[in-house]
Amino acid sequence: MTNKMIYKGAEAEIRVTDYMGKNAVVKQRIPKSYRISEIDSSLITSRTKEESKLIAEARSCGVSVPLLFDINVAQGRIIMQYLKGDRVKDILNTVSEQQRKKICYMIGESVAKLHNNNLIHGDITTSNMILVDNRLHFIDFGLGSKNTELESKGVDLHVLMEALESTHSQHPRCFKYVLQGYTKAFEGNANAVLHKIEDIVRRGRYR
Amino acid sequence: MISVGIEGTAHSIGSGIVKNVNGSCHVLSNIIKTYHPKKGGIHTREAANHHAEHLADVIAQSVKQAHLSYSDIDLISFSQGPGLGPCLRTTATAARALSLSIEKPLIGVNHCVAHLEIGRGTLDACTDPVLLYTSGANTQVIAFAEGKYRVFGETLDIGIGNCLDKFGRGIGLEFPSGPKLEKLALQGTEYLELPYSIKGMDIAFSGLLTAAEQLVAKKKRIEDICYSIQETAFAALTEVTERAMAHTEKSEVLLGGGVASNKRLRSMVETMAQERNASFFVPAQDLCIDNGAMIAWLGFLMYDSGVRMTLEESSINQRFRTDMVEVTWRD
Repeated sequence: MTNKMIYKGAEAEIRVTDYMGKNAVVKQRIPKSYRISEIDSSLITSRTKEESKLIAEARSCGVSVPLLFDINVAQGRIIMQYLKGDRVKDILNTVSEQQRKKICYMIGESVAKLHNNNLIHGDITTSNMILVDNRLHFIDFGLGSKNTELESKGVDLHVLMEALESTHSQHPRCFKYVLQGYTKAFEGNANAVLHKIEDIVRRGRYR
Repeated sequence: MISVGIEGTAHSIGSGIVKNVNGSCHVLSNIIKTYHPKKGGIHTREAANHHAEHLADVIAQSVKQAHLSYSDIDLISFSQGPGLGPCLRTTATAARALSLSIEKPLIGVNHCVAHLEIGRGTLDACTDPVLLYTSGANTQVIAFAEGKYRVFGETLDIGIGNCLDKFGRGIGLEFPSGPKLEKLALQGTEYLELPYSIKGMDIAFSGLLTAAEQLVAKKKRIEDICYSIQETAFAALTEVTERAMAHTEKSEVLLGGGVASNKRLRSMVETMAQERNASFFVPAQDLCIDNGAMIAWLGFLMYDSGVRMTLEESSINQRFRTDMVEVTWRD
């Protein structure tokens, strides 16, 4: 493919393309020669398949995600809608505190909607959220899964907590706002999930 | 400035002496002595006794090998944590005693940060790396961001070295079993599937350990199991490191810790680095494992940037986290 690469992530390359007249991106998972082919091909296949399913399901539970155009599991390729907006990672440190609170609250609500349907994103960082006209979109479900356990929901939020602490450390209230949104929109016992996060933190080394 | 560093967080004690030459670290001596348990893993009290017995000697050797006398030393650094309590206390006691007797300042440093700084200090082209720090107890992906060394990914349960050691102990290998397991893995021919557990940039090994032990119970070939453990665990480590590099947009990767001696892990991370056009660094073998020189160097960097520590502030911290360190010596 000769399309322009807009992002090279750890496991995939994202290129812009045109799909039947629409602006689209191709997410192509790249084989990694550092790992043996048995592991590599099974990871690429399973993640491509799982990611496509999760993106489709996330949409059906009211979380904004890119529209899926085409999926090729064997080649590890997904073609989806191009989202023109801002990565939350790039703007969260510079917007006003009020706006930051609003965005974080929205993040919490969206994660809760995913969790209400037992969808686990698996890599909730601000690099994986795009704000388009004040609507928060989630991308990159490559490490996601469907799981009913409280533990996975806790781990999902814990990943976000660490991402916020490391990338947006000068704004320490971000995660608190996220939890406010989460608690509001989560249909189960949100406190149980919050306790789980504390458990996970304690379980970590040197806490 | 001549800085002596005393290490003793776990099964090894070390005393190293370094000198700053235009901002890079010159190692004058680096003596390491390791406690070998008669059976099983590290027994903390016995390890601490071992350290107490040999520390004075190790320090004396390091001074002698550097062709110095005690009066040439300007600073005493020691590893304040994280680590095993009794070992840390023994090390800290030795450092305090040395500081009081030669009347030179004392600085306690973070062991994990020292692993990263020794890479920057001794490898010229290594300036702003993502460190994959893999040892018995520790498995962390560390990088500098927003004024601190932050942990971008780490194990959610046990360290990779601990995982290898526990498996090795089960099949009768002596501690530390990593190197023996590496040899066995070379004779592996068939990949047996094991759990590959990555959560964001974090990683977990206990499921892999249990599954590997089940393969032993099923009488699968030991060489194949060792091969599969290494391939799975190291691929996962390489992947989280690459994720952290993509996330932090850094183009250098540095290895540190005892497990970084493993050739397969090295080659995986090196291949990953090549494929991303990133630079790959490993410190010299004796600076990669637990050692005093890295402690001496970090102590120097801290002291040089104005950090001072009173005797009262020198108490150890078993749970000294990487991101608790105020980084005063770099922007």
